[in-house]
This record gives sequence, structure tokens and C-alpha cells, in this order.
Amino acid sequence: MKTESMIDVLSAHAGPVPRHVTERRFAIAAMIGVTLAAVLMLMTSGVRADIESAARLPMFWFKLLFPAAVAVAAMWMTARLSRPGVSVGVASIAVAAPFVVLWLMAVVALLNAESAARIDLVLGSTWRTCVPDIALLALPAFVATFWAMRGLAPTRLALAGAAGGLMAGAIGAMVYALRCPEMESPFLAVWYATGIGVTAAAGALLGPRLLRW
Amino acid sequence: MQRTALEAAGRAESRLRDLMVRAQEGDAAAYANFLRDLTAHLRAFLRKRLYQHLDDVEDITQEVLLAVHKQRHTYRPGEPLTPWVHAIARYKVVDLLRARSSREALHDAIDDEMQLFAQSDQEAGEARRDIAKLLKDLPDRHRLPILHVKLDGLSVAEAAQRTGMSESAVKVGIHRGIKSMATKIEGPQ
Repeated sequence: MKTESMIDVLSAHAGPVPRHVTERRFAIAAMIGVTLAAVLMLMTSGVRADIESAARLPMFWFKLLFPAAVAVAAMWMTARLSRPGVSVGVASIAVAAPFVVLWLMAVVALLNAESAARIDLVLGSTWRTCVPDIALLALPAFVATFWAMRGLAPTRLALAGAAGGLMAGAIGAMVYALRCPEMESPFLAVWYATGIGVTAAAGALLGPRLLRW
Repeated sequence: MQRTALEAAGRAESRLRDLMVRAQEGDAAAYANFLRDLTAHLRAFLRKRLYQHLDDVEDITQEVLLAVHKQRHTYRPGEPLTPWVHAIARYKVVDLLRARSSREALHDAIDDEMQLFAQSDQEAGEARRDIAKLLKDLPDRHRLPILHVKLDGLSVAEAAQRTGMSESAVKVGIHRGIKSMATKIEGPQ
């Protein structure tokens, strides 16, 4: 086809462009991701048995706040990477900040603990199941986030995939925190970070395959 | 000369951005103008960078144009337009060239079997590649006139307009460029 006639065709069939497509798609993805993860968690194990007394402790809320902060920052980063020519910018700092805070807390807690008690602070009693459970609960958000990105135009596919995986992993961790009985920051610093990291790595691997346009 | 080029780019940016914003609101005429303007810029941009694939420039221009059209909801009014278009063009060019090179690798495997019959064809291909290699080493003021006039078949006046050089500079560029390419082919005396 001649380029000139292609232009005629394209401009003849073009109406007004819908506004705020990026925001809308990511809002939908986050909502679906959180809702389905919550349903999945309630159907399998339910919330932790002592949730009423645990909810009075600051650590319970920090455990929700940390992944929530990562999820919001990662969503911002993913949305930026989903549009051509938009750099990651300060979104990467926003993503890193919650991790830095958590890791500092963990180091302080470990330094203050007896050396014999340190290993328990890291392993808790559920370290074996933490990472796979977070990854499982992240699955709906992972699919939804990739759906959101596929309607947009990421140009750095591995990086965009990693950011999307990060967002999904953080949503999975946030919902998992409602059922997880661990209350020590070293545990979170290792296993929550690993669970979120695994989904981010999966996103980086799948991005180039799933996000092409 | 560099400053005028930058100023021209800045003017094109604001004109195209204005057209794009109106197009996004549903102004079909503005959108047609936007696409037409953009096509000229894309074609010049790609021709300058894809001198080894000059036959594909029009195809790739159309691919990029189509991608710009399909993804225009990802442009946010108020943001600079140039990086947005550039990222799309870059993504599409890399994608298409990658697809092409894997296709060509396949051809090479086939050619091995049919070398006897493919002989003359292959020589022509190699000759063109050599010229591309020689052209690549030339400075822009020699390379672009040769590209436009000798390979694209534009007139001297058209080439002058496209490169922003004067007509006499285009002629001198062709002359000197060909001379220095010839020297290189002959090797050091």
C-alpha cells in the first residue's frame, strides 16, 4: 500500500482517543489482583487464627504497609514503563525505599538479638511455605498486570515485565500477610523479599515473550 | 548549522504536538496532517540510519506509522512528543531488523545448497554491502548527498532541501565522497 493512502485510511477511521487509559487499566489490574488473591487465601487457609489480637500490634500493620508501599511504587513504575519514551525516573527510588527500611529494621533486630536466637528470627516457623505461597497469591495480580501492559506499549520488555512482576509479587505478599503468623522483621526481610523477587524475576523472563506488540 | 537543525526540530516538535493533541480530541484533519508531517520526518530519519536497508525504509516507515496509530492512547498531552515517537520507531526498527536477520540466516542456509545458481545474485548483494560499508565511513556532508542523489535518485535540489545543505555543498559532497571511496577501494598507493 502506498504510504499516502495508508494515512488517508488511518485518519479517516480515527475518532477521539479515550483518556486515562493507563490509569484505568492499572486500577482494574490492582483491584482484580487484590480481590482474587484474597478469595484464594480465604478459600485455602483463611486469615491467621489470632488476627484480632495480632491487629493490636504495630508489626501486623507494618507487615501490610511494606508490601502495600512496594505495590504502589511498582505500579507507578510499571505504568511509566508501559508508555513509549517515558523513563523509570524516581519510581525506582520509590520501589527501593520500602526494602531499605525493612532491611535496616532487620539488621537492627539481628544486632540486638542473642546470637543463638538470630537464626529463629530469620527462619520463623513458616519459612518453607512463605515464598511459594506468596508466588501463588501473586498469580492473579500477575495475569491482570500483564493484561494491563498488553493494552499499552512497553518498549523495554524485560524491565517492564520485571516491574509488573514486582507489583504482582507485592500484592501477593500483602494478602499473604493477613494469614502469615510471623512477626519478626528479619523473617520479612528474607522471605517476603524473596517471594516478591521471584515474581519479579518471572516477570523479567516472561516480559519479552508476552509483552511484544 | 547544528543550531538551526535543533531549532527546526523544536519547531517540528511543537507543531506535531499541537496536531496530535487536536487529533486525540477527534480532529480528523489535524490527525491526517500529523501523520503526513510525521511520515516525512520518519522517512528522513530512517533513511539516514538504515542506509544498509534502503529498500525497506518505506515498509518500516509504514510499520512505525501504524504503531503510532495503534498506540496513540499512550501519548499523554503535555508530555514531549519526540521521545514518544522515537521510542516507538526504535522499538519497531529493532523488531523488524531482528525478524529480518533471522529470515536471512535461513536464506543463507538454503543458499549453501544452491550456490551454483545463486552466484550472480550474491555478487550483486555483496557489492551493495561493500558500498554501504564504504559509505558508513564517510562524514555526513559526503555520505548524505551520495545517499540521496546516487542511491535514492533524488535531484540535487531535493537532496539539498532534505539535508539542509546548499546545492553546491551537495555537489561538492558527492564529488569528494566518491573520490575518497574510490581511494579506499584502490587501497593505499
